[in-house]
Amino acid sequence: MSITYIGARIGMFILVVWLATTVIFFLPRIASDRNPVRERLVMMAATGNLATGMEKVVAAYEEEYGLDQPLYLQYIRYLSSLVRGDLNYSLINYPTRVWDMIVQRMPYTLGLVGISVLTAFALGSLSGATLAWPGAPKWLKGALPVFLTLSPIPYFMLAIMLMFLFAVRHQWQPEWWPLLPLAGATSVTTVYDGWNMDRILDTIYHSILPAMSIILSQIGFWALGMRGMMVTTQGEDYVTLAQMRGLKPSRVFSLYGMRNATLPQLTSLALAMSLIFSGVILVEVIYRYPGMGTLLYNAIAGFDYFVIYGVVFVLIVMVAASTFILDIVYPFIDPRVRRAA
Amino acid sequence: MRDLGAEPTQSSAAIQAEAETSSGTSYSALSQIGYYLLHERMLSIGLFMLIALLALWLIGGQIVDPKLADPISGPQTASPQSKYWLGTDFNGRQVLPLMVHGAPLTLRIGLFAGVFGLGIGILLGFLGGYMRGPVDAFIRIISDVFITIPSLAVLVVVASTIKESAGLSVNMMGLIVASLSWMWPTRVIRAQVLSMRESNYVEVARLNGMGDLEIIFRELMPNLFPFLAASFVGAMASGILAAVGLEALGLGPQHEPTLGMTIYWSLYYGAVISNWWWWYGPPILLVAWIFISLYLIAAGLDKWANPRLRQSL
Repeated sequence: MSITYIGARIGMFILVVWLATTVIFFLPRIASDRNPVRERLVMMAATGNLATGMEKVVAAYEEEYGLDQPLYLQYIRYLSSLVRGDLNYSLINYPTRVWDMIVQRMPYTLGLVGISVLTAFALGSLSGATLAWPGAPKWLKGALPVFLTLSPIPYFMLAIMLMFLFAVRHQWQPEWWPLLPLAGATSVTTVYDGWNMDRILDTIYHSILPAMSIILSQIGFWALGMRGMMVTTQGEDYVTLAQMRGLKPSRVFSLYGMRNATLPQLTSLALAMSLIFSGVILVEVIYRYPGMGTLLYNAIAGFDYFVIYGVVFVLIVMVAASTFILDIVYPFIDPRVRRAA
Repeated sequence: MRDLGAEPTQSSAAIQAEAETSSGTSYSALSQIGYYLLHERMLSIGLFMLIALLALWLIGGQIVDPKLADPISGPQTASPQSKYWLGTDFNGRQVLPLMVHGAPLTLRIGLFAGVFGLGIGILLGFLGGYMRGPVDAFIRIISDVFITIPSLAVLVVVASTIKESAGLSVNMMGLIVASLSWMWPTRVIRAQVLSMRESNYVEVARLNGMGDLEIIFRELMPNLFPFLAASFVGAMASGILAAVGLEALGLGPQHEPTLGMTIYWSLYYGAVISNWWWWYGPPILLVAWIFISLYLIAAGLDKWANPRLRQSL
């Protein structure tokens, strides 16, 4: 992997983040000539809701984004504060910094995204590859249409359906029917200080339904893509040659088939990251999972603009970073890219 | 890797040949469409599902009084019964009229996104694919970058600004989600135009003295049809997805019962825990119905455009 390849990827990462933040800065100002943050601050001051010490925030905001300031200056100040990682204070929980609130929530969101995407990608790709190979089991063939039907449904709607089925007691459910937690990441009755094994297990237990709603929706997508690629790979000469050389079928399947068919899947994964993160944010809202999605939901309900902007910014960076990581992983799997890069 | 250009040109030529040999008549866009509707199961099921929904809305709109979707038109959270077929919600709205009234609003948001996304996609795609050079490089990079940006994040900022200052309407929602629905159409159309303009029949048309516009409308557009239709459907689905997502976050039209808003209010009042399934169930099933039908249509169109997929499926 050469410096130019990595350099180009870093350039793309910066371009994506810069363009996204620029759009976020200008689009609302085009769409509406009023400044909601300012109005919010004025209203909070008028109703006496301003926490002590918050005058400073208001004064700083006026100085940087006030109406008398030219737009380009506002824009430059906005960018420079983002580069410094300054996401301002929460309007509702005043002395708390937005960045601190986000850092607290980030592990939950990243954990949910990571585990569910890895599981769905692995399960989907593996079953898709098996389906394309001769002698695929019947039950797998029968399961594919079911998962394909689930795949266009938004994650958070599957989340509500799963909640209906597995988190609420109904009369038609038999005795043995499993019921999983309805909300949160730990049980309400237990208070944990710091992270220990019990808390981790409790969190995993609470994450089953949110993760399942993402996995169920994705499996069909990855299976379909993998099957298509595997069919193409099967017709390649090098696979025929490998079979003729008498290699073990499992070896031909994994090293000659799967490895080559996985490459386009990784490209699709990089392109799907933005949809996946958006979907996870919404699933969190349904299960009141204490990640960034629930933080965003509460901020929207309370018009806490600095928190909204902060979560959105971090979300954009996380998606761009995940694409970047996949781009860096790609050459390790595909020697052609490695050599060309 | 990212350029899907080369194959589909051959494929549409292959489809033409296939259509010609099977029907024995000369190729025309209409016979091609008709042939495919009959032979492409996914496409016809998807279209049927969508038409069924539209019919339900047209017939339902005639029978069901829209006033019944107003608050206090029935008792609070009544379960389904002979008088209220799908029950009522927390504010005494009747759920069935709410659905008849709400489904077209959600579809309208999707139409906004589809029309806008396809329009911009055609404009930019043709501009890039036909002009090439720096214009094309710019369009390609911009659409690639915007695909990477999580559009929900951008839309949250826009919608939360507008909500506070002006309030959101269904049309406003449509415009907001439409503003980020052009990337995939642009990408797909650009790749197609790029490969088609090199093909023999375009060369022949050019040698025959056809102008650029004439080539675009008489040679490229008809061959692009499945791609344009798939782009439209895709933009529509992504627009509805974005709208439903925004609504779930509380950033939707407060006074109009789109499907997403009905889901939002049901969650807001804790309908799942209280087991008022008749309230959130119908809008979820309707949205799922819409997405599945759009998905089937898009997949069917894909197979139409790309015969390789046809063999593998």
